Amino acid sequence: MKAAPAVVLALVPASLALGIAFGSVDLAPGRLGEALLGHGDEIAREIVWGVRAPRALAGFACGGLLALAGALLQALLRNPLADPAILGVSGGAAAGALAAMLVGAAAAGVNLAALAGAGLAAGAVFAFSLGRSGWNPYRVLLTGVALASGFGALVGLILAVAPQSQVQGMLFWLLGDLSPAGDPTPALVALAACAALAFSQSAALDVLVLGDDKARSLGVAVPRLQAIAFGCATVATVAAVLLGGTIGFVGLVVPHLLRLSGVHRHALLLPLSACLGGSLLALADTLARTVAAPAELPVGVLTAMIGVPALLLLLARLR
Amino acid sequence: MLAASGLTLTAGGRELVRALDLSLAPGQCWALLGRNGAGKTSLIRALAGLRAPQAGTVALDGVALSAMRRRDLALRVSVLLQDEESDFWGSALDYVMLGRYPRSGSVFARDEEGSKRAQSLLAELDLAGRASQSYRTLSGGERQRARVAQALLQDADVLLADEPLQHLDLRHQAVVMRALAARAGAGKAVLAALHEPAHAAQHCEFAVLLYDAGRASLGRSSDMLTQANLEALYQCRLEPAGARSFLPS
Repeated sequence: MKAAPAVVLALVPASLALGIAFGSVDLAPGRLGEALLGHGDEIAREIVWGVRAPRALAGFACGGLLALAGALLQALLRNPLADPAILGVSGGAAAGALAAMLVGAAAAGVNLAALAGAGLAAGAVFAFSLGRSGWNPYRVLLTGVALASGFGALVGLILAVAPQSQVQGMLFWLLGDLSPAGDPTPALVALAACAALAFSQSAALDVLVLGDDKARSLGVAVPRLQAIAFGCATVATVAAVLLGGTIGFVGLVVPHLLRLSGVHRHALLLPLSACLGGSLLALADTLARTVAAPAELPVGVLTAMIGVPALLLLLARLR
Repeated sequence: MLAASGLTLTAGGRELVRALDLSLAPGQCWALLGRNGAGKTSLIRALAGLRAPQAGTVALDGVALSAMRRRDLALRVSVLLQDEESDFWGSALDYVMLGRYPRSGSVFARDEEGSKRAQSLLAELDLAGRASQSYRTLSGGERQRARVAQALLQDADVLLADEPLQHLDLRHQAVVMRALAARAGAGKAVLAALHEPAHAAQHCEFAVLLYDAGRASLGRSSDMLTQANLEALYQCRLEPAGARSFLPS
């Protein structure tokens, strides 16, 4: 399957174009084209440039960040089940955001609380996994999973005591929702920075499949690599969660889709994960906005509904 | 020259090596013999800078390993470990090529030189026909030879091998021993943990015997590999095996 990189790269403009072309309001192709070029009526221009383009880019950034984090964590922990949620960061952010919603905080307050929760979780994972002899992947996994389930319980408690009127907003946040995303620029910058930093470590990540000791004997400064890659994965996860809530499956499934298509070297796997994750989330979000328009579905539901069958299909074909 | 001085290693409350002085000079081939659990692996890991000693130092040309950058160390010392990951996504050649990491340049450049060397190492280790076969589908002995090829591709001045002959049939034990001895012949320092004294006698000029409780003795193989020494080392009676014991010539 040598075509995988080309297909993934072609998906990027295609997914963004679809995100701009479709929405709850029907724009005729002529009006759409004029608005794209900055001509035509103001309403169409506002829909294209003020609403749909930022939303498509937010979806792309969010999916790219999650998939990149997933690819990094799977390599670092040498565990195919690793995904951004196991860092506990998503859970921490969710607990923070929901607590802020419960006390009636504004959007900025919700984001701040989510950031605080994510920071708390990341700090705890790092504190418990950084031993005298460097990072211990098993402790990262254990701490992350324990924190995630702890935060899960907290989230459950908040949902149970929250007034009925607030529960739907909370559920959307939990399922992943890009409608309050706003300006995607910070997330795109985070994506570019994390991808570039992770890419610079790609040869060392390739060697890490041989185990920590063998990698060290081949010249990889393993503790430094772990610090960079865990740092990258954490920042990427936090940036994604702040933008779209806890969107599942992208981080787990996208790197596997690529590996099953024969992409293993990290110099290719990391950038393609970012591209494919971004495209798939942008596509899923376009569907989320349009299938039940004018109502919106939580995009996290759609990523699961697309991602899981796609992975199973590929697994079945390769049996 | 890789030199350990006053090296003391303990594990699980047992003293494995006590105040050992050992120098591996260029061109020397050393055998490391000892009972199971005597500390052969711990000694090799310490010599490779993968494990900190309880006391003493390991130094390369006078510089302590702990003070060297990993990449610089990897250019000088390569190690074949006893337990290496057996799952790998690519071909045997892809696997061996990871041995080029310390010398690798840009991820975009094709490493023609490395690829050529890797192919010739695969041929030397009787794996020429396996180059493009998936590493996962190789047999245990074939994987072991691919690991040896990877360690040789690293092309370091010192080559440490922990049980290089594990999983190998008679013919391929000889193939690997000859490959190691040839590296010593080409001016590298080689140390290999072995279980068969006859291999040590045939290919290694020097031997380290690791006894229990941290005691070790070292010297020329011809002096070290005597029946009395080996009986004390393995704590069992030995007798010449006669006409039913064979080693490849």
